[in-house]
Amino acid sequence: MKLTGAQIVWETLVREGVKVVFGYPGGANLPIYDALLDYPIHHVLTRHEQGAAHMADAYARVSGEVGVAMATSGPGATNLVTGIATAMMDSSPTVFITGQVVSKLLGYDAFQETDVTGITLPITKHNYLVRDVKEVGHTLREAFYIAKTGRPGPVLVDIAKDAQQHALDWEYDGSPIKMKGYRPDLSPLPSDIQKAVDMIHSAKRPIILAGRGVLLSHAMPELLQFAERTQTPVALTLLGLGAMPHSHPLNLGMMGMHGEAWVNHAIQEADLLLAFGMRFDDRVTGNLASYAVNARKIHLEIDPAEVNKNVKVDVALIGDVRQSLRTILSAVQTCDHEEWIDHIMDIKGDSAVRDIQNLPDEGHLYAAHVINDLWRYSDGKALVVTDVGQHQMWAAQYFKHEYPNHFITSGGLGTMGFGLPAGIGAKFARPDAEVWVIAGDGGFQMTQAELSTAAQENIKVNVAIINNGYLGMVRQWQEFFYERRYSATPMRSPDFVKIAEAHGLTGLRVTKRSEIKDAVTKARQTEGTVVIDFRVEQEDSVYPMVPSGADLHQMIRRPVPSPIVETAEDEI
Amino acid sequence: MKHTLVVLVEDKPGVLNRVASLFRRRSFNIDSLTVGRTDLPEISRMTIVLDADESNVERLTAYLYKLVNVIQVTDLTSTPAVFRDLAMIKVKATAENRTHIMQVVDVFRARIVDVTNSSFVIEITGDEDKIEGFIDVLRPWGIIEMVRTGIVAMARGTAAVPYLNGLVSSSNANSNGNGNGYHKEPEVEQVVSKYY
Repeated sequence: MKLTGAQIVWETLVREGVKVVFGYPGGANLPIYDALLDYPIHHVLTRHEQGAAHMADAYARVSGEVGVAMATSGPGATNLVTGIATAMMDSSPTVFITGQVVSKLLGYDAFQETDVTGITLPITKHNYLVRDVKEVGHTLREAFYIAKTGRPGPVLVDIAKDAQQHALDWEYDGSPIKMKGYRPDLSPLPSDIQKAVDMIHSAKRPIILAGRGVLLSHAMPELLQFAERTQTPVALTLLGLGAMPHSHPLNLGMMGMHGEAWVNHAIQEADLLLAFGMRFDDRVTGNLASYAVNARKIHLEIDPAEVNKNVKVDVALIGDVRQSLRTILSAVQTCDHEEWIDHIMDIKGDSAVRDIQNLPDEGHLYAAHVINDLWRYSDGKALVVTDVGQHQMWAAQYFKHEYPNHFITSGGLGTMGFGLPAGIGAKFARPDAEVWVIAGDGGFQMTQAELSTAAQENIKVNVAIINNGYLGMVRQWQEFFYERRYSATPMRSPDFVKIAEAHGLTGLRVTKRSEIKDAVTKARQTEGTVVIDFRVEQEDSVYPMVPSGADLHQMIRRPVPSPIVETAEDEI
Repeated sequence: MKHTLVVLVEDKPGVLNRVASLFRRRSFNIDSLTVGRTDLPEISRMTIVLDADESNVERLTAYLYKLVNVIQVTDLTSTPAVFRDLAMIKVKATAENRTHIMQVVDVFRARIVDVTNSSFVIEITGDEDKIEGFIDVLRPWGIIEMVRTGIVAMARGTAAVPYLNGLVSSSNANSNGNGNGYHKEPEVEQVVSKYY
């Protein structure tokens, strides 16, 4: 069949199971956009290429399938960069397709020419420059294969305009992909498995550190089985939230810089760390020199480059977390760690745990209340997508993350502006889900133009803006570490209700706690996207906090007496 | 200490850039890097010398393997191996010292490859120490210019680096190694559990 390069792009995407792509057309990808009209793939026109990248990223995180975003050459492609780096840091299986100037102009600084493969080299798992129509089909297949296998990540394919235009006799080749230098299917040595099993059996104070790798390898059932059989408590990373149901008695909660105090203490006291699909990021370990010094460490990890990178481990089981866990489960016996678990519960009792519901309503609106009420009035089933900052940490702490892949957040890169577009991408992946974007007033404004995308696509996401009039997280650091010198953090925002209304959407404002329920309920019942402007306490901080570089157990605690609490521990 | 890595890569545009960019991004310093073809089409061979401790070399090796175009990384540091560097040195020659220079060239088993009335171009191969020694001897006469290729290395004995020896898929599958082979699609299955 005679097909142009542009048609081959869509033929391949259809066969890869792609149903929706996010993008923005331009001069260098006109042929691809022309061919799009003949294929059964829905295209979402975003308002900025960064939005397209975040949408594809979130689509991938929620659906588990490869997310696809497109842009033209030059500025189109450079606008994708933040989104690609975000996907890279959080191992999101994504394919980015950019148009490039015609191949004979490459290197001559042609109009809208940029060295896109050069720019994205360190922030992609792999990238390609395609100059010849003959390369288009198999390059895209390789791109999808690389994006979704092993440790997933973004792959960029830059296609010269003439490669899109030229035609060729082409048949889809579905044969297995063979690449000399790429082998994602590593598995651990049996002798190492045995060592790990022995360490598990002899441990007195073990703790599991579960990360996003558990979600990516669908190892949630195995994690649960392992934790229950060995009676090992589970701490989660920010990106691992949802890997173990919040309601499970062995789930301790989040670890790290803004993790629960008892979790961090338990890690420091443990004699065995079982790291499942996590990478000992500095936000998780604090000062490495004092990190879990008494613990032996077992690391289940698919990426060999993550092993012994930050923390030296005693046993590394390199391979798919799920497969490794299954192998371990076939050998591991029932354990009992009652004393250790009781001890952790004792520490937890010391941690100023109070019921936020019991606090008298003194007329102030706190972000913790907003998020906890959001959880309550959405029956705990909402798919939560956050932006980056204080509200992100509060969303991690005060929303009870019961289900896997229901908490989407930019962890590794910490990309402000991620929230709204990611929420839209998440909704496309799960049209049946109730999507709540939780964003700060700062981050929301970085990508608020995507409200227009939501309106044009007629999709419903609910946006909760935690509006405190500051770039809150930076303000908090200025309060703690820079003597309250609030440099460039106070922020005046537009009227978000009117912004919503200007897009033909619904806007609500909440200033008192008593109004939360009605607003959330109204948002849930209203058709189309709803933006709620929550005017919260301006100078509230996220506690506990491990200062950057401090020991994990050296946390800044909420000053007592305090109008709010560290943790939402209520029984409902 | 100095480590010598032999890196087999796919012979594709941009691969050298990927490797060099990796060193820059991860803050490793390259002493020398050479690239050339192998007897196999589509495969190039790099010899990289760097100064790093053991754990950093392990880390670097893992990063190199993350590059899709990198086929195999072998550390020759603790293997008996032949290391060779080639230098061409243009040195001033006068009627008085001409014979003396030629004698030194003989002693070092170097070769004179170009002669003028006032200069020689001398070619020398050998390990780094030998070449450094030779340069030290020539320096007083006046070095006009010099070029060196950087180290290339090969293990002694019959064995080749594993990939070239066909040993990859079996011996390296369980280590940090990559290798060549077909890949199975990840299995998809439904799991029924209390929570999922």
